[in-house]
Amino acid sequence: MIELANFSYSRDGREILRDLSFVVARRERVAIIGPNGAGKTTLLNCINRILRGGRGRIAVGGRPLAAYGQAELARRIAYVPQAHGRTAPFTVREFVEMSRYPHLGPLAPAGSQDAAAVRRALDDLGTTALADRSLDALSGGERQKAYLAAALAQEAEILLLDEPTAHLDPRHRAEILRTLMRVHQERELTILFVTHDINEALAAADRVLALRDGALAFDGLASRLTEGGALKAVFSHDFVVAPHPRTGRAVVFPE
Amino acid sequence: MKKVVVIALLSAAGVAAAPFFGVASLSTTVFWELRLPRVALGFLAGSGLAMAGMTFQAMFRNPLATPFTLGVSSGAAFGATVAIRMGWTFSVLGIPCLSLAGLGGALVSLLLVYGVATMPRTSSTAVLLLAGAAASFFFSSLILFVTYVSDFSGSFRILRWLMGGLETVGGGAVLNVFPFVISGSAAVFCFARELNLLTLGEDLAASRGVNVGYARAVLFGAATLMVGGVVAFCGPIGFVGMMAPHICRLLVGSEHRALAPATFFFGGFFLVACDGIARLIIAPAEVPVGVITALLGGPFFVWLLVRRSPA
Repeated sequence: MIELANFSYSRDGREILRDLSFVVARRERVAIIGPNGAGKTTLLNCINRILRGGRGRIAVGGRPLAAYGQAELARRIAYVPQAHGRTAPFTVREFVEMSRYPHLGPLAPAGSQDAAAVRRALDDLGTTALADRSLDALSGGERQKAYLAAALAQEAEILLLDEPTAHLDPRHRAEILRTLMRVHQERELTILFVTHDINEALAAADRVLALRDGALAFDGLASRLTEGGALKAVFSHDFVVAPHPRTGRAVVFPE
Repeated sequence: MKKVVVIALLSAAGVAAAPFFGVASLSTTVFWELRLPRVALGFLAGSGLAMAGMTFQAMFRNPLATPFTLGVSSGAAFGATVAIRMGWTFSVLGIPCLSLAGLGGALVSLLLVYGVATMPRTSSTAVLLLAGAAASFFFSSLILFVTYVSDFSGSFRILRWLMGGLETVGGGAVLNVFPFVISGSAAVFCFARELNLLTLGEDLAASRGVNVGYARAVLFGAATLMVGGVVAFCGPIGFVGMMAPHICRLLVGSEHRALAPATFFFGGFFLVACDGIARLIIAPAEVPVGVITALLGGPFFVWLLVRRSPA
């Protein structure tokens, strides 16, 4: 579904991504982790072509990224930025409706199919009751859900999320993660998400990509991340790994 | 959408009544040669400046962004000042030199600002606004220089023009401003959805399928066209581009498919109303309309600043 081959990206003379090669299969849930400044957000932005250029190849659905028109790419990839700190003077409904842009012709009005996609996205995130409220008046958790609903209304098969649970309280974090798992199943999505929380990556991803100084330091099943000093190699820090008392799944604590 | 229709109808009614405002009787000649053209010019100028202001505010995600903030008005004013100083009166393909000089100045200013803002490492909104402020200071200084080296009557004409005004005889000025405002507004109407998405940030707009570079160029070009065309004939009338969009936003919200038509009609009405005040406040003498808009705009600007400041 997404393929990177020897991809590097530089800005201001500094190489931010170095020689990345990996393939993300259809319906995979992939977490991207790494220390601050490792290039995680840059990687998402390159796959989404928010950042252009770079050496090497990125292909989506077997076609090079450069072969896509902007709207055509948006019909395949939806992006959820960090909602924290963003302002938007629109109601939730207006905001979600805007995501239908890549499906509409120039000047063509939205049709019943678009209205149905918006309704479904609002329902999926439990945000129908918020539809007429201003985005700027929502709490952090509600706003993150609205951003997620907007991305779902885009009806793309690939979902890129940049720290979807950052700045949220534990209840909202769990809620967002549960919702992500559910829509992944129901809509058969391919999901790549950036996170700073290793336990979140272990809980919500099938596979983990770890970046360090722009290079791929780990690429494997989430369950293998806690084995053989992989975490220390990525973060240059010691971690304690213990089984979760209820589920038995590995949980990571920084030393 | 109902609110937009109401605003459009009320604005149109206000503009239609404006030629008859403040006089007991009106001769046919005065009506057709002075009042009607003046109201039409005021409407077009107000609409153009308000639409340009709305466009800049959305693109830069900054409520204080105006044609002035980006130096586009100052550039246009400098172009027109040079044309006035040199006494150029020729026209090209029916477009008077004053319009071309205004448009040229606006375009040079825009290209400077756009060039700086799209240089590597400077692609942020803050840089764009700072570049606009720098361009504004630069062109204002050039205007001062041209005024200084002019003789007494030339300086007076430039100074009077810089105060802004809608005095006109016959339909010539209206016909000159009309294509600039209508074509620019049409482009903004057509790109209302892109404008909505650009309000969310360029990264999100691109991820929703907007060709950001193209949309930015079209919207920038449309706003510049309107500002250049209006400023050349009416002088740099301030604050309309800031106040009218904000008042409309309070009335109809920020969705540009509703906000753009509301701003077009209300902006036009707003300037016509300000001109009515300018005509009558010390009648039979007249105050330049730019003085009235600035007197209203100054407190409004402060109110916006205070409203945005955290407690």
